[in-house]
Amino acid sequence: MIPFNFEYYEPSTIQEAVHLFKVLDDQGKHPLYYSGGTEIITLGRINEIYTGAVIDIKNIPECSTLAIHNEKLILGCALTLSELHDSGLFPLLGETGAGVADRTSRNKITLGGNICSQIIYREAVLPLLLTDSEVRIAGPGGMQQVPINQIFNQKLQLRKGELFVQSITDTSYIHMPYTAVKKRKVSAIDYPLVTIAAIRTNSMIRLAFSGVCSFPFRSQMIEEIINRHQIPLQSRVEEAVNHLPAPILDDIKGSAAYREFVFKNTLFDTIRLVGGG
Amino acid sequence: MRDGAHVVKIELYVNREGRSVVARPADTLLHILREELGLTGAKPGCNNGDCGACTVVMDGWPMKSCIMLAVEAAGRQVTTIEGLRDTPIQRAFAEKWAFQCGYCTPGFIMNCHALIQNRPDATDEIITDWLQSNICRCTGYKEISEAVKSVLVTGKDTL
Ligand SMILES: Cc1cc2nc3c(=O)[nH]c(=O)nc-3n(C[C@H](O)[C@H](O)[C@H](O)COP(=O)(O)OP(=O)(O)OC[C@H]3O[C@@H](n4cnc5c(N)ncnc54)[C@H](O)[C@@H]3O)c2cc1C
Repeated sequence: MIPFNFEYYEPSTIQEAVHLFKVLDDQGKHPLYYSGGTEIITLGRINEIYTGAVIDIKNIPECSTLAIHNEKLILGCALTLSELHDSGLFPLLGETGAGVADRTSRNKITLGGNICSQIIYREAVLPLLLTDSEVRIAGPGGMQQVPINQIFNQKLQLRKGELFVQSITDTSYIHMPYTAVKKRKVSAIDYPLVTIAAIRTNSMIRLAFSGVCSFPFRSQMIEEIINRHQIPLQSRVEEAVNHLPAPILDDIKGSAAYREFVFKNTLFDTIRLVGGG
Repeated sequence: MRDGAHVVKIELYVNREGRSVVARPADTLLHILREELGLTGAKPGCNNGDCGACTVVMDGWPMKSCIMLAVEAAGRQVTTIEGLRDTPIQRAFAEKWAFQCGYCTPGFIMNCHALIQNRPDATDEIITDWLQSNICRCTGYKEISEAVKSVLVTGKDTL
């Protein structure tokens, strides 16, 4: 049982949602956009999130878009991870998303909710980082379209009241060789020890990670090291560890030393799988 | 129900019947099913989306009712275990002894029922993917998997 009350709003346009956020915020209600709601409900139940009003965005048509226009794949933030997987339109995103939680929960967890979640893994962002996708953000000043690699730094850097509406991905990326590998500690369903997503473009391998540090990231430095094909792969992998953007996570799921071991092995396998050994 | 009050009236369709309830927007569907509608088939387990004991079918798809607000279910078709009568998967659970203590059984049956309806040609990989959504602490997984496979193989004509 969620131990506090909140109001529930269900706008049908982006403008209405953004306006509502402002009004509710001015009233001191700490509004939250509500997408799949799985994090709001589960963290709310244990008092780790508080809100006095939720704004459910699932009835806004743009938030459920799943379309290709002018060779751009447009994905609404309220699409569920199951819908993304079953559509088959973006296999790397479908498969990376299919590593999150379990199938029934993924019928509820959404792309936007996963990327904007407080929980540190946000695995669905990895394919968007690798494909230089752009995101449409709505805010009080209107809509803007921004490269995700500019606006995602540890998390999506949204200002108060901004709504992540859609992602836009050049379809040329969708047919490139890819792989997504998720290593968990024990069970088939769990948060990652290490998740690595990779694609191979004409010129290089791109890599993005979750579970290694306390936030997901794509690292150009690591990509540069891994693409030095004249150096043995094992040495490149050893070198990559020295360039992680933050300390390796050290928690109940895995000590830093164990995670480093898993990271190196998984990175090695990933590069082999994507064809860059 | 869309006006931001702390208590709202919600029109639900549960097991093909219209049901009107007054609830907090913060109430989960699981809570309302059990405490307001007296439908105790969906079980509270983890209340955290992990165990699947509270699974219901919504517009044809399995959903964990502990991670869904009752207000989100307004106007949608909800089926709980009480809404299934003598379906192939229920018979298969009995025939294959696919339960022990029975606590997880309603959630498993709802998930399996949705699987059979949506993916009558499910591969082993798809069956495993879907069934991993539910936990059986008695570990009766083998029999549960056999039950669902027996319906997928033999039951296509009856679906
Ligand atoms: C059983 C289970 C297992 C899980 N396992 C994993 C896992 O392995 N890996 C993993 O990454 N996660 C996992 N999760 C966590 C899961 O990632 C989050 O609960 C989920 O991603 C939240 O998505 P949602 O659509 O339900 O978001 P919501 O709960 O609706 O929202 C989450 C947050 O994002 C904000 N938000 C939502 N949409 C937007 C938007 N469009 N614009 C701006 N802000 C927005 C909300 O205000 C809220 O603060 C698991 C969850 C469950 C229940």
